Formats: sequence, C-alpha cells, structure tokens
Amino acid sequence: MKLPIFLDNHSTTPMDPRVLETMLPYFVEKFGNAASRNHAFGWAAEEAVESARKQIAKLIKADPKEIVFTSGATESDNLAIKGVLEMYKEKGDHIITSSTEHRAVLDTVKSLEGKGKATATYLPVDKFGMVNPDAVRNAITAKTILISVMLANNEIGTINPVKEIGKIAKEKGILFHCDATQGVGKIPVDVQEMGIDLMSFSAHKIYGPKGVGALYVRKKNPRVRIASQMDGGGHERGMRSGTLPVPLIVGFGKACELCEQEMAKDTARLITMRDRLEASIMKELEESYLNGHPTSRLPGNLNISFAYVEGESLLMGMKEIALSSGSACTSATLEPSYVLRALGVGTDLAHSSIRFGLGRFNTDDEIDYTVKKVVEVVTKLREMSPLYEMAKEGVDLKSVQWAAH
Amino acid sequence: MAYSDKVVDHFNNPRNMGSFKKDEEGVGTGMVGAPECGDVMKLQIKVQNDTIVDAKFKTFGCGSAIASSSLATEWLKGKTIEEAQKIKNTDIVQELNLPPVKIHCSVLAEDAIKAALADYQKKADGALTEAK
Repeated sequence: MKLPIFLDNHSTTPMDPRVLETMLPYFVEKFGNAASRNHAFGWAAEEAVESARKQIAKLIKADPKEIVFTSGATESDNLAIKGVLEMYKEKGDHIITSSTEHRAVLDTVKSLEGKGKATATYLPVDKFGMVNPDAVRNAITAKTILISVMLANNEIGTINPVKEIGKIAKEKGILFHCDATQGVGKIPVDVQEMGIDLMSFSAHKIYGPKGVGALYVRKKNPRVRIASQMDGGGHERGMRSGTLPVPLIVGFGKACELCEQEMAKDTARLITMRDRLEASIMKELEESYLNGHPTSRLPGNLNISFAYVEGESLLMGMKEIALSSGSACTSATLEPSYVLRALGVGTDLAHSSIRFGLGRFNTDDEIDYTVKKVVEVVTKLREMSPLYEMAKEGVDLKSVQWAAH
Repeated sequence: MAYSDKVVDHFNNPRNMGSFKKDEEGVGTGMVGAPECGDVMKLQIKVQNDTIVDAKFKTFGCGSAIASSSLATEWLKGKTIEEAQKIKNTDIVQELNLPPVKIHCSVLAEDAIKAALADYQKKADGALTEAK
C-alpha cells in the first residue's frame, strides 16, 4: 500500500490509465481541428469527437446530438441556467432550486437575482438532504420557467428523487435542469425516464481528464433552446463556441464507456468497502453521526461528524489520507458547510464533519488503514478536547453560556 | 493550506495537555470560544507566590488553535502574574508563523490567558476577603 491515500474522489478522480491511452494519439499525431471540414486532419478529429459523443450519450440514454461540450460542469450549469433564463424571458423569470445545490448553481441563480434578471425559490431539504417533490410542485408559479435540482449531493451523497421532480416539471410544462456531476457514471442515469431537459456533468469526476464537461440539451419533447453564453464560431450547434478540445473529449468518451461497462462491478465493490468503513468507525467511536441519507446515497460516499473534535484538526492528524471536511477552517468563509446546515446539523457538528469519498482505485488495505487512523486520531483529539471532558463530566454543552467571539 | 513546522510540532506533541481540578488552590481557569464557532480553549494556571508554576490546556479547534494554546502554556510557566499579562496575540502569531486566516486562534489564546489570570485573581481576592 502506498501513502498518501486518496479518499477524496468527490473532488476529483485519478484518470483511468485506459482513458489516457485513448487520448494520447490526439495530441501530436491526430491534432486536427474538428471544425476543419476540408482536410484529413479535420476529418480524423471530427470522427473522434463524434465517436466520443456517442459513448457519452449512451451512458445517459440520450441522443448524441443532445450533447454540448463545455469546459466542465460549472460552465454547463452556467450555460443551462443563464441560457434558459435569457431564451425564455418572455415566459417568466422564476427559478426553483434547492438549498444544497453546488455553488455553480446557487451562485449563478443568485447572480441573476442580483441583476434583476430572475426571481428564485430555494427549497429546503429534509434531515437526510433530500428535496421533497411536493415542495417543488408547491413552489411553482405562473412565472416559473426552470427547475434546477441536483441528482446527488457532493458532500453527503444524497440522491434526490429526480424522476418524480421530472414528472412534475413535464406535467407543468416547465424545463428541468439537473446538475448530475456527482451521479453520472456512478449510478444509472436515464434522461428519458428521469424527465430531464438539461443536465450538467463532467469528465474528471469519472476517471476522465480535467477541463471538459457536457451539457445535455433535450432535442425532442420539448425541443429545448438556450441562449449561448460564448460568442464565436458557432460550434456545438451554436450553443457553445470555441474549438473543441479533441483529446479531452476522446478521454471523456472513453471514461463514460468504462463507467457504463463497469458500473455494476464498481458499485458492488464501493458499497462493500464503504459499508465496512462506516460500520468499523461507528463501532469503535461513540457519538459519531452519519450525515446524509442512510440508503439513497452515492456508493462511494460517507460523511460522518465526530462530536467534540474539529474537522480541520482531524484532517491534520491524518495527513497521509486525503479527505475533506465541512469545517469552516477548511474554507475561506469561516462558515461551516451550508449543506450540512441545510440538513439541520448543528454548527458544532458541522465543524466536526469529515467526507470520505471512495473511488474505483481504492483498495481494502487502504480502508483498513483509514479505519485505524481515524479511530486513533479522533480518540487523541477527544482527549485534548475540553468539550469531550465536559460531556464526560455530565455537563450539557447546550446549557453552557459560551463566550462567543 | 500548509502549516508551519512549529504548528505541526505543537499539534503532534502538544505541551502541557490536560486539566487541573478547578477548585484546587492557586488554580485559575479560563475558557473561551464557542463550539458553534469551531473553537473552544480551556487554559489553566497554577500559581504559587505570584508565579505561575504550572499550566495546562485543552482545546477543541483547528491545528493552529491547538498550537496557540499549547505554546501559551509553555510561555506561561515560570512567569509572574504581571509578566503573563503582557503576552500578546501578535507574539503567538510571530512565533507560530500563523497566516492571516488563523490570527483569530492567537486572539483566542490571548483571551484564554487573560481569562485564566482573571479567574485566579478573583479566587485569590475571594480567599483574602474570607480570611479577613
């Protein structure tokens, strides 16, 4: 086993060597511009792009013509939301979204609100982080033109009832955008069955290269139109100008193909490892709390709050394991995770949270090592924690008058 | 974010971690911060003849908060009450090479020192009044 261990697969993933292999010829040898229609270099590039488009579309049960390449999921979210708002402004300006969306969605919506271009409803989530479809239905007004709800959350892994939300959107004739960055390639996605009209996802979360993503834009029932946010050569059917990054797209295609072929195997492995990690930690450490949904959760996700210890110090004690925390100290804002807060997790426990993100290349040995290390460090830091000491003495921490600073 | 070697050293080998009994003679306890803010420091001093003979801490917080309080206990030992009053958060920032986002950890440590000294003073004054 090699150190450090990478257990932060929600942030990014290592590229699958098989993906890299398919990309390599497209840097030096087949370097053509896919938009060059008059020579062999261009044709080779175009062929590679179209073949990748097919692989990507197949993974999400879409038509290849419905795939628009972007630089990543953040751009896809921006393009979908701003593009729809601009295109359909005569119909209305109201967006329904949820409070636990990624900031690429939340900040896009807030920016539109700030400019007076949109009004928005931010739906709360239940204690497991799930959006209630009835709440979506109840939030719809005559002015609503877009619903944007994520497939799976990046911190807690909770999988939303997207199919139900899609059904409501269809019934009311409202477009449905889904940020599926964490879900695509990890769980089955079917844009038809889920009633999704626009969907954002990216390559680097599924063992592909960084710098490329896609926006699915429905072509039929209804034909969705978006205003482009990047002017230029009119690539991607006018929705996103800019020369296509052929090697990245080829890698993206291969990554999708591998996910499709290996999803069942990967999922089974990840769930076994994740459940073992969870059970072993919970057995050894009292007052550890699972954040997120107990069952409707991404296979590789585990988010736990360890009462009485602060997240950043936990990460510091486990430097040889790459993890992430909802603690404020790991962000620039000094506020702990807004996702955990939206679930109703207390600020104290939000500061104490650790996200484990398992992926295709993690091994059983790494999980064993992680369990041992987590137990060791949490125990050590609890010994050091005045809160743990007080709790052991029977002091109710909620009743203490803290000198907040 | 990269931590300075000194922060890492205090984090891995905390000095004077632990607790005195709060009602023990000559012990002053300062507890500052709040769990909601992500850091709570408990700093205790043991005073004999106006000199701090021992100090202990327990901290809930990030690595820099733990290091700041650990360093504070090191500095407090052997100082007189008057000398201890003069420890400034900026001294801690400098010694531990804390980045701007971690300055609040040093402020908290200074607050904890002040609170422990005040608690000791209060207890000492109380004992004096009782004796009279």
